[in-house]
Amino acid sequence: MTSVTESSRPARRAPGPDAPRGAPDHGAWFLVLPALIPILVLSVGPLLYGILLAFTDAQSGRTEPTRWIGTLNFQDLLHDTLFWESFRIGLVWAVGVTVPQFLLALGLALLLNQNLRMRWLARALAIIPWAMPEVVVGIMWRLVYNTDAGILNETLRDLGLGDGRDWLSGLGTALPAVIVVGVWAGMPQTTVALLAGLQNTPRELHEAAAVDGAGAWRRFRTVTWPALRPVALAITALNLIWNFNSFALVYVLTNGGPGGRTRLPMLFAYEEAFRYGQFGYAAAMGCVMVALISILLAVFLVGRLRGEAKGGDAA
Amino acid sequence: MRTSTAARTGQYAALLAYLVFLAFPFLWLISIAFKPPRELASLHPTWIPQDPTLDNFRQAFDEQPLLRAGLNSLLAALGAAVIAVLIATPMAYVMARRRGRLAKAATGWVVVSQAFPFVLLIIPLFLVLKNLGLINSVPGLVMVYVVWSLPFALWMLAGYVRAVPRELEEAAAVDGAGRLRTLVSVTAPLLAPGIVATALFAFITAWNEFFFALVLLKTPERQTLPVILTHFIGAEGVADLGPLAAAAFLATLPSLVVFALIQRRITGGMLAGAVKS
Repeated sequence: MTSVTESSRPARRAPGPDAPRGAPDHGAWFLVLPALIPILVLSVGPLLYGILLAFTDAQSGRTEPTRWIGTLNFQDLLHDTLFWESFRIGLVWAVGVTVPQFLLALGLALLLNQNLRMRWLARALAIIPWAMPEVVVGIMWRLVYNTDAGILNETLRDLGLGDGRDWLSGLGTALPAVIVVGVWAGMPQTTVALLAGLQNTPRELHEAAAVDGAGAWRRFRTVTWPALRPVALAITALNLIWNFNSFALVYVLTNGGPGGRTRLPMLFAYEEAFRYGQFGYAAAMGCVMVALISILLAVFLVGRLRGEAKGGDAA
Repeated sequence: MRTSTAARTGQYAALLAYLVFLAFPFLWLISIAFKPPRELASLHPTWIPQDPTLDNFRQAFDEQPLLRAGLNSLLAALGAAVIAVLIATPMAYVMARRRGRLAKAATGWVVVSQAFPFVLLIIPLFLVLKNLGLINSVPGLVMVYVVWSLPFALWMLAGYVRAVPRELEEAAAVDGAGRLRTLVSVTAPLLAPGIVATALFAFITAWNEFFFALVLLKTPERQTLPVILTHFIGAEGVADLGPLAAAAFLATLPSLVVFALIQRRITGGMLAGAVKS
């Protein structure tokens, strides 16, 4: 490999005017600019614009100019019980998905880290849900939950566990049903991240502990977990955010129904913005969601990181 | 070796349970896609269609403009993948090789953007693209997808760059190759597999994306597959299950094929990123 590049290189020895030392920063800017401009125009810019919008009465399709209205949107939001109900559902959903997702993914990652036969196949199969469009995941589970043609009710009937029910339309079952789908959909990513973390754990230490007669649980507690902790923390924090911002799955499964029982904040804000055209109000919702989630996440991370000596920056 | 037979059996049983849980919804989708209406209406559905048929696929193409949507999806995903990799590779290089403010800010953006709330982003994006006349257009969507796939692309590519030995580049520099030349003829060839994997990942991400497409594409002839798929579900949530399953199955195939190609590299890339930072 190296010899090929060497032979194809021109035999010019003296560094030219474009030598790397000349203007290091110019070179860097030149390399960064093609990505930086889209990021500024389509990511950082819109984000700031969105925050500004929250302080206006912007609406879709209106002819009068948009006006500054100060914190009026936020005051309205404070008394919007529907929004707070949606926010509560969002929290239940995010925690309800993230915790089982983590535990199940940890179990799977530990298994996949073992020296089992067919491990390659299991690894490939285990991450299939990751490759699927979220819309298809939603459709798939609609078919599973379907009252008559669904496999879930059929299995329950076969096992003699009653006639089954309409899972996604039942007031009590809708949220748990979509949470199961959320867990299923996010497991592969979490598993892969944890598996990557597991492969970083010092094997020698593991073997030494085994020689010393430490049981599996003890080895996990004293050797695996300390090494895995930073990765586990990072992926859990990310999962909480991702799940809270989730949209497509529930949009396809229930579209927020029945009676708003699964109306996640993203669905709520989407309807406010693009069905009712209340851009300013929806932007204010976005701001409140970000602010509250950041605070909750900070509390979670500070709580977890306390007592940990070092290594929290592994993400 | 030190694991007892009982424990091993338990492990295999647990692994099997996991695989069943992860695989059964997809198998059920396939099963429904090949079932005739009579079997779908049956109160005792079976796993294996007794009388498999392709009618559902034919009907799916009749009901919705699937070909057009597939083409739109392909254009959006290809455009996003190619552009994202072209602009992300140089920046990832800077992020991996330099310690300046620029690299720090870029890394910060990658992390923060993971937490981006789409609501806060989509309304201004909608307004910006509207002013540019890029609403309801695939190029507009491509622009959004490029930026949307950049964080992960930068993350992965920076990992691959770090895996290229610095000494190779230094040797080229000593031999008088300029920075750009070093980048193009020494670093890029070594990065190629990583670049391809990243592009394919960006392709999958764009192919699967729903939210931005839902908001930004208004007419059926411009919409991508995930949006068209939701049209199979009626206003009251009633759907013709057979064609719905058939279309969903077809829409998943490209992602699965591409994912199978890069599965190893994705996990490897995440690993590299996690280890080296």
